[in-house]
Amino acid sequence: MFNEVYDVIVVGAGHAGSEAAAAAANMGSKTLLVTMNLQNIAQMSCNPAMGGIAKGQIVREIDALGGYSGIVSDTSAIQFKMLNKSKGPAMWSPRVQSDRMRFAEDWRMLLEGTANLDFYQEMVSGLLVEGGKVVGVRTSLGIQIKGKSVVLTNGTFLNGLIHIGDKNFGGGRAGERAATGITEQLVDLGFDSGRMKTGTPPRVDGRSLDFSKMSEQPGDENPEKFSYLKATRPLTKQRACHMTYTSLEVHDLLREGFDRSPMFNGRIKSLGPRYCPSIEDKINRFADKDRHQLFIEPEGWNTCEVYVNGFSTSLPEDVQFKALRSVVGFENVKFFRPGYAIEYDYFPPTQLKHTLETKIVQGLYFAGQINGTTGYEEAASQGLMAGINASLKVNEKDAFTLKRDEAYIGVLIDDLITKGTEEPYRMFTSRAEYRTLLRQDNADLRLTPKGFELGLASENRLRRMEEKHQAAKNFVSFFETTSVKPEEINPILESKKSAKVNQSGKLFKVFARPNIDMADIRKVESVESYIQDHNLDREIIEQAEIQVKYAGYIAKEKNNADKLTRLEYVKIPEGFDYSQIKSMSFEAREKLKNIQPTTVSQASRISGVSPNDISVLLVYMGR
Amino acid sequence: MINDDTIVALATPSGAGAIAVIRLSGDDAIVIADTCFQSIKSEKTLSNQKTHTIHLGHIVEDGRTIDEVLVSIFKNPNSYTGENVVEISCHGSNYIQQEIIQLFLRKGCRMATAGEFTLRAFLNGKLDLSQAEAVADLISSDNEASHQIAMQQMRGGFSSEIAKLREELLNFASLIELELDFAEEDVEFADRTQFKELIERIRFVLKRLIDSFAVGNVIKNGIPVAIVGEPNVGKSTLLNALLNEERAIVSEIAGTTRDTIEDEISIGGIGFRFIDTAGIRETKDVVESIGIKKTFEKIDQAQVVVYLFESDVVSNDHMKSNTIRVEIEKIRNKYPLKPLLVIANKVDKISENQQLKLDDTLSKIEGSSFMFISAKQNIGVDALKQQLLSYVNTGALRNNDTIITNSRHYDSLIKAFEEVERVREGLESGLSGDLLAIDIRQALYHFGEITGEISNDDLLGNIFANFCIGK
Repeated sequence: MFNEVYDVIVVGAGHAGSEAAAAAANMGSKTLLVTMNLQNIAQMSCNPAMGGIAKGQIVREIDALGGYSGIVSDTSAIQFKMLNKSKGPAMWSPRVQSDRMRFAEDWRMLLEGTANLDFYQEMVSGLLVEGGKVVGVRTSLGIQIKGKSVVLTNGTFLNGLIHIGDKNFGGGRAGERAATGITEQLVDLGFDSGRMKTGTPPRVDGRSLDFSKMSEQPGDENPEKFSYLKATRPLTKQRACHMTYTSLEVHDLLREGFDRSPMFNGRIKSLGPRYCPSIEDKINRFADKDRHQLFIEPEGWNTCEVYVNGFSTSLPEDVQFKALRSVVGFENVKFFRPGYAIEYDYFPPTQLKHTLETKIVQGLYFAGQINGTTGYEEAASQGLMAGINASLKVNEKDAFTLKRDEAYIGVLIDDLITKGTEEPYRMFTSRAEYRTLLRQDNADLRLTPKGFELGLASENRLRRMEEKHQAAKNFVSFFETTSVKPEEINPILESKKSAKVNQSGKLFKVFARPNIDMADIRKVESVESYIQDHNLDREIIEQAEIQVKYAGYIAKEKNNADKLTRLEYVKIPEGFDYSQIKSMSFEAREKLKNIQPTTVSQASRISGVSPNDISVLLVYMGR
Repeated sequence: MINDDTIVALATPSGAGAIAVIRLSGDDAIVIADTCFQSIKSEKTLSNQKTHTIHLGHIVEDGRTIDEVLVSIFKNPNSYTGENVVEISCHGSNYIQQEIIQLFLRKGCRMATAGEFTLRAFLNGKLDLSQAEAVADLISSDNEASHQIAMQQMRGGFSSEIAKLREELLNFASLIELELDFAEEDVEFADRTQFKELIERIRFVLKRLIDSFAVGNVIKNGIPVAIVGEPNVGKSTLLNALLNEERAIVSEIAGTTRDTIEDEISIGGIGFRFIDTAGIRETKDVVESIGIKKTFEKIDQAQVVVYLFESDVVSNDHMKSNTIRVEIEKIRNKYPLKPLLVIANKVDKISENQQLKLDDTLSKIEGSSFMFISAKQNIGVDALKQQLLSYVNTGALRNNDTIITNSRHYDSLIKAFEEVERVREGLESGLSGDLLAIDIRQALYHFGEITGEISNDDLLGNIFANFCIGK
């Protein structure tokens, strides 16, 4: 059935697998996407939403490079919000609520429309490895499919075990079976594996809820979107979410089930994400809080199914049901599906290179939850990077990596392979030391030229980016060169309680004042007519505003990035023998030996490696 | 640069002295010392001795005794370098020092490079960066006060103070991050009032440390004292009296001393650096007026001005007495804030009446102190010492406060202070947390420069290049 040798075989068709397959195929590699169930491509296993703080930036980066997550997020969106708008521009984070079914459908359509991409439904039960190099996969039917590289994106399916109360059963997602065989083979090959845990809340019948008792959470008045391409459009109508709260009564009812909770009776041994705790975890750890927020999110335009965000649980279904019925607005709730926890295998990502290729088996790449991450966006970006690098390697081209000051994707992968992770890894803006540079508004400027060079981002995409930034630049220089008279600007300044000016001065200076924004400065006639004459759209106006108002901070951060990345250029030779450095702590030597950082900068980020160890290393490196 | 070899060097200053100390460090230090050591009493071998013990014996080569010595043993890791260390106290002649070192070189030791003992101590985790720097200061300290500071720093006092602040700031920074990354959730915001308090506290400590640099620098380098006086008024004799030994050449011929004597003298544990100057007498002579300009330049740099004249000459010459008065007032007016000490030397050469008369005219100049001494007869020299000490604000020293002497630390503190200042302004104007965070991170970075919490390759190069051999 499979006579040809694929360039790239992608195992799994979730967010990571879909991006990996699309990237490899779009870069011209003969690609096969193998999944256990072709009905379930690009499923949102948990919440029906894309983006959010730090995650929204990642989706923008994927889009800028030429991935599909941004486009699909736009076409399947039912609500858009720009989070953190009251803070600095680095914090502005786009998020959409998605139509879960449309999200999967749109992804499948996009993939089906991608050249060089084949599909096959079957469980991959093992890898074909020859002389430390992957040469294909073996399916549960015993079929051998040859491939020059393999990207594993197994999500929660590897030996997945679902827990609801004291019941548990094998499965990779509710209603789907687990995948077996791969972990065991990889461990035999010398990989370390571990177990992680995650959970999801119940889905309920929206017709059984009383939304009038909850507060409405509408989308933004002027919604934006993810993709930099003109192909997608901002929403013209949106669906609202709702918010309600748990209560002490709800907590008491939940506590009644604690003795049957797999979290508390020791049945679940693996670690879940601290920042996405189950409801039982919340009331247990924060016992002094008498209520917790619950966000009630619609699952789509047309379905009545709703997602109870904030109520992730693995308590017995009867306890879940009884407790939820005590929540305001949920008095008559009907369940569609109970919440559950799932344990699955992952492989500590310190076993990977920056390209996401494994150190042990050549041509084998890991992306997504198999690396200990959580989140659609984190998975998708790894899939994209793995797909790109698998394709590059097959074509004997240089690897593609992103640095920490270039993209959140760079931060994500560097953290994973350098520090590893003990709990499911989620991106935060605070993980990025150059956050001010990694904004959602400039992901295209940062990454589209790279995407274009890879053959992923279209020329149209590149031109659009260039036009946008040229227009913004021109607008900024208009502020720098145009003066305004006191008679015109002072009334505006006065209305904002900003000090008046005595003589004509450049617009830039006034605009740069902290309490003057674009709406104020547009009251100046020359500004408004510039905007009209040049037909500037919102994106360009906003870009110019950021560049004027945050110029100082951006320049400072850039300067810091340049200063601190000097160690990035101190390369450590491959196979460097750390055991000779007796003056280094034992822990540091062991960690360095295992992780084999490629630069001193990377070494300095390894936990357990102290600054003193780095100084010693520098001395040994002859610095 | 793998340190598996054993190094040797003279640990005391080169040149002859009563005794000298030769130090060996490395895996084989004790074994190598053993091959040349013969215990005075028993047949003992150094390798079998406990760490931190001292042994009397001879250094011998082929049956020939070179010297009688005391050998101290420090075993890995309980030594200065963290390696096996042997210190040999021998007699201090150049010949003996060289013989012993040559012997060890033949036995397999390598001559230590500059700063290598301290480098090894650092590599073995015995010292952190600022401690290592303090060692350099300690070696070059030649008065009690600067010694005290260096000792304190070496024990880690100063970097631990910064480390504490850094940690507090770090805690707050993480609270700010929390509210940024979890803005959508039901989290409590970082308490801005508390944060302002912390920033105020940090500013206070930084300010104190920064201000201490002036004191610290003075203590480290000596307090500059300009001596203004015409040739042959007894400047060298005065320095000798303060020094209590015949060091500068003294003669009756004017201009015997070189153009500038710069002599550092420790008084009460504080270093004073005496700078000789020509007088400031009004003149039309071009060459001399250049000299006067130079004198004022030196007074500019000085912290204390001493105006010295001869009692007998002035008492017998009315014109001269007037000139002196004018000159003193001139200095006074030009430097109203600088301590000015007027000294009438050679008090033994005038009568009591003449003393009273001089005192009457000169002690009344506002903003100056006046005193009689005889440097030659050692009259009033102790009072002079006390007077000089009174000009030094040693309060900080006495209180055992932390004092900054290192200009690298000073720079980092100044930079940290500027960032903290920006954080304060940002807090005042309600700046968003993500922008505050940029300044906070920079402040943390500069703190790290002091505690060594971040590494900087240039830093290391500079530090180790500044070490002299031995330690």
